[in-house]
Amino acid sequence: MKLNELTAHRLHEMLINREVSARDITEAVFNRIDEVEDELKAYVRTTKDLAYQQAEEVDQKIQRGENIPPLAGIPIALKDNICTKGVHTTCSSKMLENFIPPYDATVVEKIKENSAVIVGKTNMDEFAMGSSTETSAFYPTKNPWDITRVPGGSSGGSAAAVAADETIVALGSDTGGSIRQPAAFCGVVGLKPTYGVVSRYGVVAYASSFDQVGTITKDVTDCALLLNVIAGHDSNDTTSVKREKVDYTKALIDNVKGLKIGVPKEYFAEGLDPEVEKAVLESVEVLKSMGAQCEEVSLPHLKYALPTYCIIAMAEASANMARYDGIRYGYRTPEASDLIELYKKTRSEGFGNEVKRRIMLGTYALSTGHYDAYYLKAQKVRTLIKQDFEEIFKKVDVLLAPVTPDVAFRLGEKVDDPLTMYLTDSLTVPANIAGLPAISIPCGFKEGMPIGLQILAKHFAEATLLQVAYTFERNTDFHRRKPNYKGQEGGKN
Amino acid sequence: MDREIIIGLETHVELKTKSKIFCSCSAQFGGEPNTNTCPRCLAMPGTLPVLNKQAVEFAMKAALALNCEILPFCVFDRKNYFYPDLPKGFQTSQYTYPLARNGYIDIKVNGKTRRIRINRIHLEDDAGKSIHEKNYSLVDLNRAGVPLIEIVTEPDIRSPEEARLYLEKLKAILEYTEVSDCRMEEGSLRCDANISLRPFGSDKLGTKTEIKNLNSFRSVQRGLEYEVWRQNQALDNGEEIVQETLQWDEDLGVTVPMRSKEEAHDYRYFPEPDLVPTVITEEWIEAVRSTIPELPDSRFKRFVEEYGLPEYDAEVLTASRPVADYYEACLKFCPDPKAVSNWVMVDLFALLKANNMELADCLISPENLGEMIKLIKEGTISSKIAKTVFEEMFKTGKTASTIVEEKGLVQISDEGELRALVERVVAESPKSVEDYKNGKKKALGFMVGQVMKETKGKANPQLVNKLLLEILDN
Repeated sequence: MKLNELTAHRLHEMLINREVSARDITEAVFNRIDEVEDELKAYVRTTKDLAYQQAEEVDQKIQRGENIPPLAGIPIALKDNICTKGVHTTCSSKMLENFIPPYDATVVEKIKENSAVIVGKTNMDEFAMGSSTETSAFYPTKNPWDITRVPGGSSGGSAAAVAADETIVALGSDTGGSIRQPAAFCGVVGLKPTYGVVSRYGVVAYASSFDQVGTITKDVTDCALLLNVIAGHDSNDTTSVKREKVDYTKALIDNVKGLKIGVPKEYFAEGLDPEVEKAVLESVEVLKSMGAQCEEVSLPHLKYALPTYCIIAMAEASANMARYDGIRYGYRTPEASDLIELYKKTRSEGFGNEVKRRIMLGTYALSTGHYDAYYLKAQKVRTLIKQDFEEIFKKVDVLLAPVTPDVAFRLGEKVDDPLTMYLTDSLTVPANIAGLPAISIPCGFKEGMPIGLQILAKHFAEATLLQVAYTFERNTDFHRRKPNYKGQEGGKN
Repeated sequence: MDREIIIGLETHVELKTKSKIFCSCSAQFGGEPNTNTCPRCLAMPGTLPVLNKQAVEFAMKAALALNCEILPFCVFDRKNYFYPDLPKGFQTSQYTYPLARNGYIDIKVNGKTRRIRINRIHLEDDAGKSIHEKNYSLVDLNRAGVPLIEIVTEPDIRSPEEARLYLEKLKAILEYTEVSDCRMEEGSLRCDANISLRPFGSDKLGTKTEIKNLNSFRSVQRGLEYEVWRQNQALDNGEEIVQETLQWDEDLGVTVPMRSKEEAHDYRYFPEPDLVPTVITEEWIEAVRSTIPELPDSRFKRFVEEYGLPEYDAEVLTASRPVADYYEACLKFCPDPKAVSNWVMVDLFALLKANNMELADCLISPENLGEMIKLIKEGTISSKIAKTVFEEMFKTGKTASTIVEEKGLVQISDEGELRALVERVVAESPKSVEDYKNGKKKALGFMVGQVMKETKGKANPQLVNKLLLEILDN
């Protein structure tokens, strides 16, 4: 297999055994990018010079016989809403097309401290608002399993890049499913940690009380390794939680005996594709056969999850987008005769339709006369949904559910129908509403397209979640399959 | 018709914390435009606020000094509106759960104490400053993110004068607690007023107007006086008061309506998701309470009781903490409360005013003033000479004794030396002597004056008087 097709933990072994150099790995990744990027469009921008420079530093460390951390020399792609000092951070928006942050996001500082090699910034739905990466102001990204289909979104670029071996690992952000849904569509592993586990400082806000940075990797082990790097309290983000440092690789245990699994019936409601349902239920059986106990459970308020999410997320978004006014940075309309016109034209020209739609809906939900019926009501329902989960997690350790109602849809299929598009998030938003950790791992295929299995756990129970995911992965082959996109070898890692 | 005046004030006070409320930039006033800024206070994408603990403590201190109740937790909200000097596109304020409630300030109006209740105090960040030129505007964000407290009164104020007195007292209390400079001219204390009129005896509030741009104590009173007149005129003519926001024009002396575009805001408040609620424990409150110094009211009482000062003196001296501190420092060196009070209130204030200076810039240390008064009491210098010495001290910062020595201003109290001089003056003033003997007592004054002139004012006046009488009456 080519180097770029391997996992981070495998490459780490090869690096410390001096079988390969970080430069070799970086080269393999950039060769792959050259090979497929024209068609796939997973990246907004690659950072080749920076990458080779970082790889060089790692190689020198190895030469000097120094110990290197697990992700040293490992190529990583960053979703383009994660601020990188001196490197454009566009959020795939015309508004920030030329924006170069003067600072690194906390997660980027951590990535750099761990000597991972930053390959580039990945394409996304504009300001993370979308479920297909089609709302990118630049171009849509394609799904390497079928280039007529979407990779999902909003972290579609990151998921496609990992699936197509254009990077080894990637970071995304998940506000309503933006890591898990594209991970499911692209057949890779995507983790949204508990709200507060990873610092949001330097991650361009979409909906602040939901946003969480997470990992997109080729397997669960890489997921744990990358989570080890990015997790932790940050004094720059007061919503990040002070907890003792956890080594998530310790959770990689191939054993689920006695573990209690809940299967929430509301996730299997109308609109779920039968083949997806079948794959997920078969996954439950797999874990059962490994000794897990299963029971059907119910989350009565889950049917309100999507509208609750939409109202609160869009309300927060409407305020978060207010800073893009053409005054200090970002796009400014070339001509305006007064202040109001400057605002109107800048924002009309700089934002795409989906962003405008969410600003308007959010503004409406917060307006005098509508606040109680929308925003306040949604906050109350949010509490009810949280309580539903709290009750359930008194009884079970994890919940198993589908990630998406169906496999990846076709480019253009839903982009002009916002409501249908929002519905694709219906199974992922509950975890964001409650701030719970949730992971998507490959669990089957439909018409050659990957299906994702969603595992949810209670707050800060990432370890439990990883244990279940790891056990499933060790006892199935779904994660080993590659899209066979342009010469991928696939097979065993 | 005579109507009752109902006024409520909203006062914004900048807290003089070291750094801004949500970032570590300096909160100092001034500086080259946009130099005290960072990604956070410029609202760069991805930045998040981190609450400055000192800002919370300063706000707590102010709230406690204003007799408020601090609530067990407070929550920041986003107040949404667009303006170029508002970098985030929203102000981070407190709406539903403010820091403090239910306080009051007592003011003295015509010798009677009036209690003005405070409804709430909340914490928020300041906006930057827009500088409007002819064809363009400039934005300075040095001030963006400086912590502010907003102090909202109940509609308890009954006259424009009371409004001014309330503000003066508020300023004094806040200065005492040292949480703010309270400089209206620098904008660190800003006031908006709500005002309505109603028939006496009515318990229904009339339609109110809001007046902005009241940038000095004087303009608070003047602006409100004008608005009282305007509303009375309108009501007398049978017109209805329109609820609107008005701008006080200091030069024209009128209130003018703001353009509706500028006031028609739906702020769409909602809880700031980037900040967790601030929990304030009893222990924290007590720790802050213990840092509150003696406040103007109790200091006034003490000045009257302990130093036997007239109420007027005590009022003036305690109105500002630097003055009261200065006064008490002087007493350490010269324990004559009334003499020190006179020198501070009359002579020192006059010189400060004439030179447009603040007490902080004054070169006369309390020790030096104390020493000077002692020199008068010991008879080393006359009160008249003291005025000259005092002016010199004010200019140079030298001690009184140095000046007296350098300029040879020591009072002549040598009886022999003076007697010779007095005899000479008597001999040279036959006309005055005759007048005096004819009962014109004024002639004595002339001769004292002559002696003083000869000695350049240094002669001990009492002694000169005594000698003159001796010589003349013999």
